[in-house]
Amino acid sequence: MNAVMGKWLGGREGFLGLIILAVLIMVIMPLAFDIFRLNLIGKYLTYAFVAVGLVMCWGYGGILSLGQGMFFGLGGYCMAMFLKLEASDPISTKIQSTPGIPDFMDWNQITELPWFWVPFHSLTLTIIAVILVPGVFAYIIGAAMFKRRVSGVYFSIITQAVASILTILIVGQQGYTGGINGMTDLRTLLGWDIRSDSAKYILYYANAVLLFGCILFARAIIASKLGKLMLAMRDREDRVRFSGYDVSSFQIFIFCISAMISAIGGAMFTLQVGFMSPSFVGIVPSIEMVIFAAVGGRMSLIGAVYGTLLVNFGKSYFSESFPTLWLVFMGALFIGVVMGFPNGLAGIYVSYIKPRFFGDKRGVPTMPVTSEEAVAVETKSINSTESLGHHNASV
Amino acid sequence: MIVNIHSFKKKALAALVLGASLLTAAATHAADYPTAKVMTTGLAVADKTVTVGILHSITGTMAISETGAVEAEKLAIDQINASGGILGRKIEVIQEDGASDWPTFAEKAKKLLEKDKVATVFGCWTSASRKAVLPVFEHDNGLLYYPTFYEGLEQSKNVFYTGQEATQQILASLDWASKTLGAKTFYLVGSDYIWPRTSMKIARKHIENVLKGTVVGEEYYPLGSTQFSSLINKIKLKKPDLVFGAVVGGSNVAWFKQLNAAGLTFKKQPMLTISVTEDEVLGIGGENVEGLYSSMKYFQSLDNPNNKAFVAAFKAKYGADSVIGDVTQAGYLGPWLWKAAVEKAGSFDVDKVVAASPGIELKTAPEGYVKLHENHHLWSKARIAIWQKDGQAKVVHETDLIEPNPFPKGYQ
Repeated sequence: MNAVMGKWLGGREGFLGLIILAVLIMVIMPLAFDIFRLNLIGKYLTYAFVAVGLVMCWGYGGILSLGQGMFFGLGGYCMAMFLKLEASDPISTKIQSTPGIPDFMDWNQITELPWFWVPFHSLTLTIIAVILVPGVFAYIIGAAMFKRRVSGVYFSIITQAVASILTILIVGQQGYTGGINGMTDLRTLLGWDIRSDSAKYILYYANAVLLFGCILFARAIIASKLGKLMLAMRDREDRVRFSGYDVSSFQIFIFCISAMISAIGGAMFTLQVGFMSPSFVGIVPSIEMVIFAAVGGRMSLIGAVYGTLLVNFGKSYFSESFPTLWLVFMGALFIGVVMGFPNGLAGIYVSYIKPRFFGDKRGVPTMPVTSEEAVAVETKSINSTESLGHHNASV
Repeated sequence: MIVNIHSFKKKALAALVLGASLLTAAATHAADYPTAKVMTTGLAVADKTVTVGILHSITGTMAISETGAVEAEKLAIDQINASGGILGRKIEVIQEDGASDWPTFAEKAKKLLEKDKVATVFGCWTSASRKAVLPVFEHDNGLLYYPTFYEGLEQSKNVFYTGQEATQQILASLDWASKTLGAKTFYLVGSDYIWPRTSMKIARKHIENVLKGTVVGEEYYPLGSTQFSSLINKIKLKKPDLVFGAVVGGSNVAWFKQLNAAGLTFKKQPMLTISVTEDEVLGIGGENVEGLYSSMKYFQSLDNPNNKAFVAAFKAKYGADSVIGDVTQAGYLGPWLWKAAVEKAGSFDVDKVVAASPGIELKTAPEGYVKLHENHHLWSKARIAIWQKDGQAKVVHETDLIEPNPFPKGYQ
């Protein structure tokens, strides 16, 4: 049991953190908020998938992708295509010149469903596509970049460029993609009205369960030998290469995983919000998602979720209360967090909250710590900054 | 239904520059309309107040366009409040920022309808934002007054379109160009999104099937594009009788400046646009559009008493330098149309307001007389005007009222 907890759940502390987050998301929030706010939180939590993916590839892998929005978008678009086809049955589109195709195709004089839309009649194929399309796309980008040893800031710039290209493509090909309007008016999933209150609750919980699934999956990778290799690659790529590892394959792998996790978030977004638009694919949303991870702490999977929630709550709250000034407040929040707490919320926890409640063995006389953790605590008290990364891993 | 005047107070009147007939009846007291009677669906209607929402972008790239609509809607609401409100209730406004971001529009629309329970919303500008909020309004049975001229192909129970749909803007202007300018060859140019594409589709069918002319070129440029030199060369080469344009936003500045720089004055190369209003000209500069034709239903320079009062009230509130474009005026109509419908229905309930709306008339609209069609669009005139150096337009042609037809047969 201890071994399992140590590996998969990040030790006792990590387990506790996960439980607290689970209680917060699954119990406290549904009780504290009405369905309107809860639906918003559900939307924020879909961004948390991207933040979790970024913790993996940026925090651990050292790959700063500024184009994660495209994977979120691709996942979302795959789901939206399925829902749009379902909403475009010949009866409800009978006023069109070609009934049975999505309305935006009709507006663009397209008279036949394009071939790449056909698989999206099937939910099974759609779910496969949600994972596979962004995965393959990430593999192509990753293979093209990492095999040529493009890394660091150059990689970030290229991901931005690709995100920008994808946006232009989606906006430009509006007959096939809905253009700048996106795909709107999505109503049902296999006949189930996704806009009803009960559906919103169910989707919220499905989303939360998937998010925890992704966090656990990411943790398993981080805790494995692969995770150690990732850290090593991040800190000294050449040494890992000289030790005989094929660094680029690991980088591609982790980039693909983070893309797929983001795509799941995108698909859940489409389901909960009821539409998808190119405004999630471009550079600005992609950078915003990096900010979520940075505010949460880029080494902390759970911190990423808190960061996403905090930033988005701030956004909604400030923009509702100060419609003209809210952007200024958001800017202040980012600058404050980044300047004051470079390790984000998780950093605040590690340096201030944890020592007070758990640290220095004083606060926890009765707590039976595992040997692994005791060592970690000791290391921390000796050299608190150095081990920050490893500690956050378990937060 | 026309708003009646029962009585009015002189002092209140002084504050109102608007035409007298718009003044409601100070005699309508809330007591005559108990809340339980005028509202049965949980909307934010109290004994003395009714809450409405305004949902436009006041930050981001669309802010520059949408601000005018916000100002006009607030002006109308102030005037309605000063004249006694609606069914004896003062209108209170909750304003939300759509931030030029369509998902944000959907989120804020949901908030206004589900949290604030507003009785109606005045808002949206781009088609994309309207498409994003439409499912929300239909699901929550809300009410939206949408002010922008747009591509048509839509008719929702929950939306009233106070701008023109595509045929109201396009057909009349092409007829005029064919007759007055003798245009036979046309070059169609637009920004690349749904509104210009749909508009050009309608224009092409009209040119080819009705006017028996030819379309010698049709091109679309991405939103925000600033490189028009190749297009300008093609126009120079083809020498169409008329360039028919629907370029929007910031692209306009580059487009007209480059046209001028290339020596294509509008005298040499006539051009008619369906996307340039006073607001755009403010950014482009009057000297760059001198001689250009626009087809709109409203221009700030319209010479009628309603418009003079409206322009004076607008300038008194927002400064002498402010300009009023087509959409701003259409935004101004929203609260008045809603007021007339509520009073006709004797209720704020959405279903009853919707049922009472067809046939509502406003004789006091700045654009002149308008009437709400049962397809939720307005009967309105099309006006062709030529731009002057000072950034104002001079109307050269005015049609009769055109019936709105959002799903034009033979144009799809």
